[in-house]
Amino acid sequence: MEWYRDFPHIGYNLDGKKIYKPIRNKDELDDFLDKMDNPDYWRTVPDKQTGSDVVLSDEQVQLVNRLQRGQFGDANFNEYEPQVEFFSRDVMLHPVTNRPADKRSFIPSLIEKEKVSKLVHAIKMGWIKPRRVEDDSRGRYYDLWANEDSSILARHKMHLPAPKIPLPGHQESYNPPPEYLFTDEERALWEQQDPCDRKLPFVPRKFSSLRQVPAFSRFIHERFERCLDLYLCPRQRKMRVNVNPEDLIPKLPKPKDLQPFPTTQSLVYRGHSGLVRSISVSPSGQWLASGSDDGSVRFWEVCSSRCLKTVQVGGAVKSVAWNPNPSVCLLAVALDSVVLILSPSLADRQVVLSSERLLSAPQEADANEGAGPVTWSETEGEELNHGIRLKIQHPKAVQQVSWHAKGDYVASVMPDHSSNLQVLIHQLSRRRSQNPFRKNKGLVQCVSFHPVRPYFFVGTQRSVRIYNLVKQEMTKKLQANSKWISSMAVHPGGDHVICGSYDCRLSWFDLDLSTKPYKMLRHHKKAVRGVAYHRLYPLFASASDDGTVIVCHGTVYNDLLQNPLIVPVKVLRGHEITHDLGVLDVTFHPTQPWVFSSGADATIRLFT
Amino acid sequence: MGGLQKKKYERGSATNYITRNKARKKLQLSLPDFRRLCILKGIYPHEPKHKKKVNKGSTAPRTFYLLKDIRFLLHEPIVGKFREYKVFVRKLKKAYGKTEWSSVERLKENKPAYKLDHIIKERYPSFIDALRDIDDALCMCFLFSTFARTGKCHVQTIQLCRRLTVEWMNYVIASRALKKVFISIKGIYYQAEAMGQLITWLVPYQFSHDHPTDVDYRVMATFTEFYTTLLGFINFRLYHSLNLLYPPKVSWTLKQSQMKLSALSASLARVVSTAEEDEAELDQFPVDGEDMANMEAREKEQKQEEAQKKLFEGLKFFLNREVPRESLAFLIRCFGGEVSWDKSVCIGSTYEVKDETITHQIVDRPNIDKQYINRYYIQPQWVYDCVNAKIILPVEDYFLGVTLPPHLSPFVEEKDGDYVPPEKLKIMALQRGEKPAHEQEDEEEEEEEDEEEEEEEEEDDNEEEGDDGEEAEEKNLKKMEEQRSQGKSLSVKVTAGKVKVENPARLEQEEKAEEKRLAIMMMKKKEKYLYDKIMFGKKRKVREANKLAAKRKAHDDAEKSKKKARK
Repeated sequence: MEWYRDFPHIGYNLDGKKIYKPIRNKDELDDFLDKMDNPDYWRTVPDKQTGSDVVLSDEQVQLVNRLQRGQFGDANFNEYEPQVEFFSRDVMLHPVTNRPADKRSFIPSLIEKEKVSKLVHAIKMGWIKPRRVEDDSRGRYYDLWANEDSSILARHKMHLPAPKIPLPGHQESYNPPPEYLFTDEERALWEQQDPCDRKLPFVPRKFSSLRQVPAFSRFIHERFERCLDLYLCPRQRKMRVNVNPEDLIPKLPKPKDLQPFPTTQSLVYRGHSGLVRSISVSPSGQWLASGSDDGSVRFWEVCSSRCLKTVQVGGAVKSVAWNPNPSVCLLAVALDSVVLILSPSLADRQVVLSSERLLSAPQEADANEGAGPVTWSETEGEELNHGIRLKIQHPKAVQQVSWHAKGDYVASVMPDHSSNLQVLIHQLSRRRSQNPFRKNKGLVQCVSFHPVRPYFFVGTQRSVRIYNLVKQEMTKKLQANSKWISSMAVHPGGDHVICGSYDCRLSWFDLDLSTKPYKMLRHHKKAVRGVAYHRLYPLFASASDDGTVIVCHGTVYNDLLQNPLIVPVKVLRGHEITHDLGVLDVTFHPTQPWVFSSGADATIRLFT
Repeated sequence: MGGLQKKKYERGSATNYITRNKARKKLQLSLPDFRRLCILKGIYPHEPKHKKKVNKGSTAPRTFYLLKDIRFLLHEPIVGKFREYKVFVRKLKKAYGKTEWSSVERLKENKPAYKLDHIIKERYPSFIDALRDIDDALCMCFLFSTFARTGKCHVQTIQLCRRLTVEWMNYVIASRALKKVFISIKGIYYQAEAMGQLITWLVPYQFSHDHPTDVDYRVMATFTEFYTTLLGFINFRLYHSLNLLYPPKVSWTLKQSQMKLSALSASLARVVSTAEEDEAELDQFPVDGEDMANMEAREKEQKQEEAQKKLFEGLKFFLNREVPRESLAFLIRCFGGEVSWDKSVCIGSTYEVKDETITHQIVDRPNIDKQYINRYYIQPQWVYDCVNAKIILPVEDYFLGVTLPPHLSPFVEEKDGDYVPPEKLKIMALQRGEKPAHEQEDEEEEEEEDEEEEEEEEEDDNEEEGDDGEEAEEKNLKKMEEQRSQGKSLSVKVTAGKVKVENPARLEQEEKAEEKRLAIMMMKKKEKYLYDKIMFGKKRKVREANKLAAKRKAHDDAEKSKKKARK
């Protein structure tokens, strides 16, 4: 009908003529009036096909009501009629259909058999399991440790329990004391550091009240890291050293009980203008000779610190050595390539005379040795007046001179890598020099005579060689275990040697024990320049570039089974460090427990 | 000569260790399974003493397990279960692929599951061993119990963790075992003593977690699986030690979010009575004079502990809605106080704000509109500080709007020489029963400390002073010499010398110091190294303490000057 909505007609009759819609000119008002007036308005329905209004009859209204209620349209229809059972469980006399039974109804099914056999096979093979009984024991707790059989296995003994998480300190508090908060620098440092280097894994923060505290963003991370630590981190049992540091300090006899030893600085000998390289005390203990870089040798009275005599020798003095023989009064001085023998005439007449005699005795040997590397010459004039008696001209620069205990021989050292001419031994009484070594065995640093026996100690760069002068052979070679030996001293007993080295060490050799040092003393902070033994007291001293002289007590026992006892007793300070040089030489007073030291600050000091 | 040639790495430590990959191959497990097995069985790598020997000459970084451990793992029944599970997953996938729903169902019904009871018994042969290792378990369970249902782990796990932690807290309340508590920026630390073992755990703040992406939750879940089992058995045992039924009858049907509180608010009347019965007095044994002092000290300590257990007894608290309710309720109940909160916040409140008998109301806001006159309005830190100080602290410092005193860690035990914050000294004085008369006292104490430190420094300087004296003399001499050399006539004058007063005690000290220095010089190289190390550590400690003290002093000075400026 909707096709004709916009047309005036609603279809065509058999003749093909239009059938026009009935004229409807009802408007809303008419409709309303109709609604008010017409009692049948409610049962009036427009018929769309004809376009006219139809008033429903009573039956029709009833039908509509029934259908709306969902009932059958026919009012007479009974929907609850008793059922007629056509097919019942009773076997009827006549079948409904007379069809014969299928064959399959009395033959066992193959498909089913297959299925069953599959299932049977699966059950047999354990592929299908009977439905499990719901096991509720999981998640149910009981007294697991009811019967503690204490079966501690070896595993448990070996088990290393994981360390517990360290407990938090004040800095982790949400409201820590102000001193635990970071300053700006600390915070900057914390941010710069690698996470593994940081002392604290978090930045301490302060909140004025609890409600302002936020969640910790790395909480899960930290838990996770702990988990990783627990199962991934290798564990190792480590023995913690739990020692009282006081127990580590060796128990040494008190220095007080080991007196006498020098303790205080009592005198300062001033007068030199250059660094004082070498000092020597006369055997009587009354005089002190010193050689300095300013080209002078000075003689001092020990007790008064007066400079009695100054001899200008014209060159930096490398070494001075007083003749150890008390019956002569001579001094050997090494400068440049000359060794001078001085007779300072600082003794009584008898002694001076005897030394004169020693110097002037032989003349005939001179001719024999004319061809040697060394030239002996007597001095004249001005020099003679100063007391310089002999000049021994060497081919190379002389570093050190050293007297034999008898006072007739003097050894000089000319360190040189290239030749075998490094050590010369001069005999004063016959004015003869000889080179004891045929081979070059390393750079010689210092030499020394054995105080009683005919041995000769040669300190090279790394080791000390001991030669028997009578048999003319090497008896021992001491390994100093240091890089560069600087100085050496022989114990008055002759069985012990100490060596100072430029690598801050002092090694004590016991010649009876081994060729390795009996003790290495690392007392000094800088290079050791000089070492010395006391003649009478069990003392030795070492001088170093750090400006200190360390006096040690070194008792040597006559009993061979007992090792020497070494106790440092005093650190003597006084010298100033100039040009990185501190104390250059050290020597003991022959009779008193006093020690002299000369330094780069152009002074000589006496410690008593 | 003769005999077989000995081959390298066929005996000794090389044969005692096995690398991880080899171990995995030996066990025929995939890496995740191996990891899970190690976690459950508590197998950890060992660091060999000579790594190069064990590593067959190579220096490549490898983790080593003890071969014995791996052999031990071979007999573990769980390994079989792992394999079964692998097969199960494969079958299930296949069934899904073929859309055989019936077999999927059947397979799902037969999903292999394993129990960890025997592993726990094996790892912890006695109960105390288990209790000793419970710290991590508690931390983990408390963390998991705060997780939301985000799919990071099974919901059942979260619920189980929640249940177990609540049970644990219940036990702590019932046995009054809590000792210390500390609010840190990470969370709240609690320390309880159960069966003589100190157990510390950390509870995060109640915020939703920002789940990081670089964390392997499977590892955490495996740990949690083990820990929940362990914690369950421990809870069982602990409850039974208190003559309590386990699991406790708590209405689990309540909504999960409210579970904790409702469980906690369940009145534990019966428990408390039994706890009191337990306090059997220790028998007095006749002891020698020497031990008497010890005994007395112990008795005193015990008394103090007893007092701490009843710290909040008789006090009635009311929690405002902004304070961390769970933590405070737990704490107050642990020490015998009564606690309640607003009914609208959470169930389980027992009395209203209007209750006239409330003694303390815990508030965490600058001010409050309606205040009752017969109760203290305090900030939550007061409760925590009281627990740590083991006494009821004066409430004045904790009123609303007042700047709180610093919250100190109770876990720090200062040895002599360590830095002690002045607040701690104050609390210690209060514990001793001294009145906090004036603040001046504290200041004096501080000053004293400072003086002591200065003295120490002076001592160090002593040696140098001696040298200074000598140097001065020398200078004098030099001067005189110069004058002489210049030919000037010296103005010779004799002045009365001053008597140098020598302090015998000081001299002796100096002598001792010198002796020690000399003895140190004679140390052997090895011992010297050790000694230097120890002394370095000690000095560093002192330095740190001094630094803290200096920082504090600077801060206090700044505060003072600020105060003055304000005046």
